[in-house]
Order: sequence, then C-alpha cells, then structure tokens
Amino acid sequence: MYRSHVLCCGGTGCTSSGSAKIIEEFEKEIAATGLTEEVKVVKTGCFGLCALGPVVIVYPEGSFYSRVKPEDVKEIVDEHLLKGRIVKRLLYTETVVEDKIKSLDETDFYKKQKRVALRNCGVIDPEDINEYIAYDGYMALGKVLTEMTPEDVIETLKVSGLRGRGGAGFPTWLKWNFAKAQPPGQKYVCCNADEGDPGAFMDRSVLEGDPHSVLEAMAIAGYTIGASQGYIYVRAEYPIAVKRLEIALNQAREMGFLGKNIFETGFDFDIDIRLGAGAFVCGEETALMTSIEGHRGEPRPRPPFPAVKGLFGKPSILNNVETWANIPQIILNGPEWFASMGTEKSKGTKVFALGGKIHNTGLVEVPMGTTLREIVEEIGGGCPNGKKFKAAQTGGPSGGCIPASLIDTEIDYDNLIAIGSMMGSGGLIVMDEDNCMVDIAKFFLEFTVDESCGKCTPCRIGTKRLYEMLDRITRGEGKMEDLDKMEELCYYIKENALCGLGQTAPNPVLSTLKYFRDEYEAHVKEKRCPAGVCKHLLQYQIVADKCKGCTLCARNCPVGAIAGTVKNPHVIDQSKCIKCGACIEKCKFGAIVRK
Amino acid sequence: MKSLAELQALRDKVKTNMGIRADDSGNTRVVVGMATCGIAAGARPVLQAFTEEVAKKNLQNVTIAQTGCIGICQYEPVVEVFEPGKEKVTYVKMTPEKASQIVQKHLINGQVVQEYTIGAVAGSKL
Repeated sequence: MYRSHVLCCGGTGCTSSGSAKIIEEFEKEIAATGLTEEVKVVKTGCFGLCALGPVVIVYPEGSFYSRVKPEDVKEIVDEHLLKGRIVKRLLYTETVVEDKIKSLDETDFYKKQKRVALRNCGVIDPEDINEYIAYDGYMALGKVLTEMTPEDVIETLKVSGLRGRGGAGFPTWLKWNFAKAQPPGQKYVCCNADEGDPGAFMDRSVLEGDPHSVLEAMAIAGYTIGASQGYIYVRAEYPIAVKRLEIALNQAREMGFLGKNIFETGFDFDIDIRLGAGAFVCGEETALMTSIEGHRGEPRPRPPFPAVKGLFGKPSILNNVETWANIPQIILNGPEWFASMGTEKSKGTKVFALGGKIHNTGLVEVPMGTTLREIVEEIGGGCPNGKKFKAAQTGGPSGGCIPASLIDTEIDYDNLIAIGSMMGSGGLIVMDEDNCMVDIAKFFLEFTVDESCGKCTPCRIGTKRLYEMLDRITRGEGKMEDLDKMEELCYYIKENALCGLGQTAPNPVLSTLKYFRDEYEAHVKEKRCPAGVCKHLLQYQIVADKCKGCTLCARNCPVGAIAGTVKNPHVIDQSKCIKCGACIEKCKFGAIVRK
Repeated sequence: MKSLAELQALRDKVKTNMGIRADDSGNTRVVVGMATCGIAAGARPVLQAFTEEVAKKNLQNVTIAQTGCIGICQYEPVVEVFEPGKEKVTYVKMTPEKASQIVQKHLINGQVVQEYTIGAVAGSKL
C-alpha cells in the first residue's frame, strides 16, 4: 500500500521534453530518502496539456506540477513527498489562485472538457493491466460475452448514435451490421491507427495512455460480427504506442481476455499488430487493408465495401482508435448516457489536437456541439502574444479553414461539412494574423501531392497542377483567371478521385478561396502578401535615416547581400537577398523594414 | 479469467490501490506532521503505521497525508484527523502502536481515543 502516487506523463510529447529522465530522478531520489515503500512512481499516458510538459501529478493531493526539470525533482521529493509541503513555484499557475490551490478540473483547460475516449489517459499506468481493470477494464467485454447477443450490441451502438471518429463520421452500428449480415466464416476486425494528418495525435495518445480500451473494444466487435482475428495497423513512427500495445496484448492474453475460449463462452479472438511505413494513403480503409495483406498500399474502388469483401477478400470492419476507445464506455454506461452528450446528429465527445498559434497546445476532449470559440479562446487560451485569431484549420489535408467570422459555429460532423471543412481525425490548427492563407493552402497541397499514391489520374496529376498554380500565385506570377481555373479543377478532382485522399485534397484550397479570396487577389493583383509570409512578394529595405551604420546586419547576413561602410547607412542588394529576415532580427535601431 | 464474477472480484481488489487518485473531498483525512521536528520525534514510523493499518483494514474513505510544523514541536509526532462535518481531533506524542489503536477505535469504530488527544496529554499546560 502506497500513501502517495507520483504520476509522470510518459506520452510522446512529455517524453520528448525529457520525462524519462524525470522518472529516473524520482526513483533515485525516492530511494535515497527511503520512501520506496511509501511512494509509487507511475508512468502514465498523455494528460493533454502537452505545452506544459513534462507534467507530474502527485496524489493524494492532486498537485499538478508543470514544466518539471530533472533538477526540480529533489525539491519535490524533499518538500512534498517527505514533508508534505507542496512546491508552489512548480505548480501549473492556473491552479494557484490568490495563493489557494484549485483542483485541476476547475482550470480553464479542463473545465469544459469531458473525457470519455481519454478517460484513462494520464490516470492509469498503461503498462499495467491491473490499473485498467481497476477502472472497470474488460467489464464491458465480460458483459457482452455473458449477457448480450450480437444483436444487442448492434442495437446498443445504434441507440448511442456513435459515428466513426476517423473523419467521415459513418454510423458505427451500420458498418458492424453489414459485416455481421455476411454469411459465417472468416471475418476480420481492424483498427486504424495510421494517424497521418499533420498535427493530429489523439490516436497515438489513446494507444500510449490506454491501449487496453482498444483491445477490449475490438474483441467486442469480433464477438458481434463473428470474427476471430483482429489487426491493429499502426504507424512505425509511433514507437512508444507500438511498445505499449505489445505489452498490453501480452498481458491481455495472459489474463485470458484474448485467445481461446474467452470467459469460458467458447469465443476465440486474438489480435496482431501490423506496422505501417508512414504513407498517408494507408489511412484510407481499402489501402490499409491492401497494406496489411502485404501489398503496396493503394486504394481500390468501392463497392464492394470492406464489410462485404475486405481484408484477404473476407468481410471486415475497420474503425479508428478513438472510435474503439468509446465503445467499452457505451456498453458499461448505456447508450442513453452516450446519446445525452453532443448534438442531434453527432453524439458523444470528440478529441481535438490543438496546435498552431495557441497558448495551450495539447489534447482536448469536448462534447460535440462545443463552439470553436470555446475551444480556441477558453480551453486553448487564445493566440499568444496578443495576436488576433484569423482562422482554424480542421481535418488536416482533407479539411478546410474556418474563418474568424464563423468562430461561434458549433462543431459537429454536419456543421463542419456545411461550412466547407470536415471533422477529419480532429486536428485543429489555429492561425493568427501572421499566417498567409494562400501559403497554408499550398502547404497542405504540397503534402497531398507528396502522399498521393499515384493510382488515379485526378489525384496524381490534378493535385500537382493545383499546387503549381498556388505556387505561381505565391510568387506573384498568378493571373486572376487562375483562381477560377483552380476552383474548377478542385471540383473535378473531388468528383473523380478514387479514394478519400483525392476526394478531399482540394478542400484546403476551396475553403480558403471561399473565405479568404481577398488574400488571393492581393497576391495576384497587387503582388502583395498581406500577412508578410510569401517570400517572393517581400522586400527588406534599410531606412537610411534610422541606420547608424553599425554593420551588425551586414555581418549577420548569410549571403552577403548587405553592403555599406561603418557609420554610413547600409543598403540591401535585392538580387542577392534570400529574405531570411536575419537582418531585421539583429538590427537594434529598427532601421530595417519588411514590405 | 473464467467469469464476470471473477473479473469483478479482481477489480475490487486492485481498485483499493487506486483510491488515492480519486476525488477525496468526502474522505476522512489523517494528516501527519512531517516537518523537521516531527521527523526527528519519529513521525515516519507513525506515518507508515497509518498507511499499513488503513490498507490492512481496507478502509476506502481514508486519505493519509503529511503536513509541515503546526508549532507545537514539543508534542510531536502530531497527527490530526479531519472527518467531514466534524471537529478536528489532534493526537500528540504518537507512536506506531498508538496509530494502530487510532485506526481501529477512531477510524473504524468512530470513538475518539481521548487519552492520546492534545487535551488529555497537555491538559492544563496549554
């Protein structure tokens, strides 16, 4: 029995900011003070507040320490663990109000959150199955196998209103029902953990923080549709997630939650891991299954849908990690509980990976129907440095930009589609006035051009041509008719591409054209980038009156583009300048301007 | 794992270790003074005794915590028991043996062990 638990985040975010060293220090210091028998150090999954990592929580007090450095550990052990004096200087400042300590749930970041898929992340040790069991782990599987028929499970999911969290929002019960309706025989259950959207990391966090919830849900699906084998397709770039999945699989097999005759009901189910090699298109369901089969990851036309003819030509279902993580909770708490959250057509909660120009970078889970304003301003803490919020990009390369004028949109599947974006897997990138929307569209297009598998022409060539037009515009070489041409090409690609990647690739262009056409026009007509991002449209100049001739800029210019003698105004040679901005940063007199 | 009942039993067993991470606002709090004076007077074994006894008796609603010096160093080790809605009880000059009695009598049976309280020990001196 331990009197205190020290929870250190072992998610990828905190690991990269040094949490492994922190855990090591804690173990060392706790041993040195003789507290080994009293204090337990637990490596958990992601707490969500990645911007403040490494994060440490000490129970029973629930003290939330942020940005902990290895040299702080001794102080926490000596003061807090030994003498019970909370180290206030290291507490997350939001939790300290007028010298009183608030609980974490009362902070702006957590107050509006409702954690269902992330309920165990940052709470349990993902490498210890007993901690998962302590929070009702595998109870849902037990209940399904011993008390429910496959039809009951389908009905439960139907009433809950759960829709796929991977992007498209297809009703989960319907997908399962199609596969269940196929004649008995070999069927497969697959988990899509090939999270490829730049900026999205919720699936990784669930796998790292609560891997058993995915395994449990997959076994439930196996029972429901009549499958005995599952596959988790996970990116090889997620080494921590893969390691914890392997540990979880072994523990679940040892305890008999996977394998033969589970709960002595005669139901057999096992799961294998397949590693993806990082192709974005392998997140598309048919390409993913082709890749599991050992072929090059390319999509194929649907129908037949995977529920009829999927992996190895057998009926298969594929759900996203976050979808899986919701299912045990729906079984245990009842579908009505789940359906009580969210909007009319989008039930439950959604996890968003907040990134970009925002204070609290991290992972948040909110009920569907929460407004963008609540997420960006209240939970996220707004844009740093007092900059103005300009737009939010949702859905990664498949989604679009939501302008500031629509900040009060209630976020759910249908509302996002209606305003030209999409939920996607839940990446939410915030942009402020310093972001150029043409440049953003170009960034995402560059990504899809790169990731296009090349199988169908609209995607392979269409996105490339689209990218070239965008590139011309950012160079100031665009024409007004390009804008119309781009729009036409966008619709052509959307209608003709083979898979979801191509069909959604034009979304970033279409939505920025719709909401930020003035920026495109400024690039084309005035050869000007309003946000000051597109290098070809910028010029750095030295204001002769302000220049003291200190030579600092000339010495820092990496290409020797600045000429001038001491105590005389300097001049930038525009033909040599690469617009890196090094001079403007170094100038002490504000004599260099960017136009 | 053979049945749901077996899983439930396992859950209840492992859950006791996790109670520490739950919301403890309704719990009885046993707070041990662990400043230099307390530690010097032997507060560590007292704290350990409380932790062990509470675990042994499987008390779900008790939180063990430490605090600093409350200013009566000559009476250390000092232990305060806060029960929701009741007056705080302060035990002084604690030992591991006294701790296990307090767990049984006070925390389980609800009887304050008067003879170990500050009122009885310090009496008129305070």
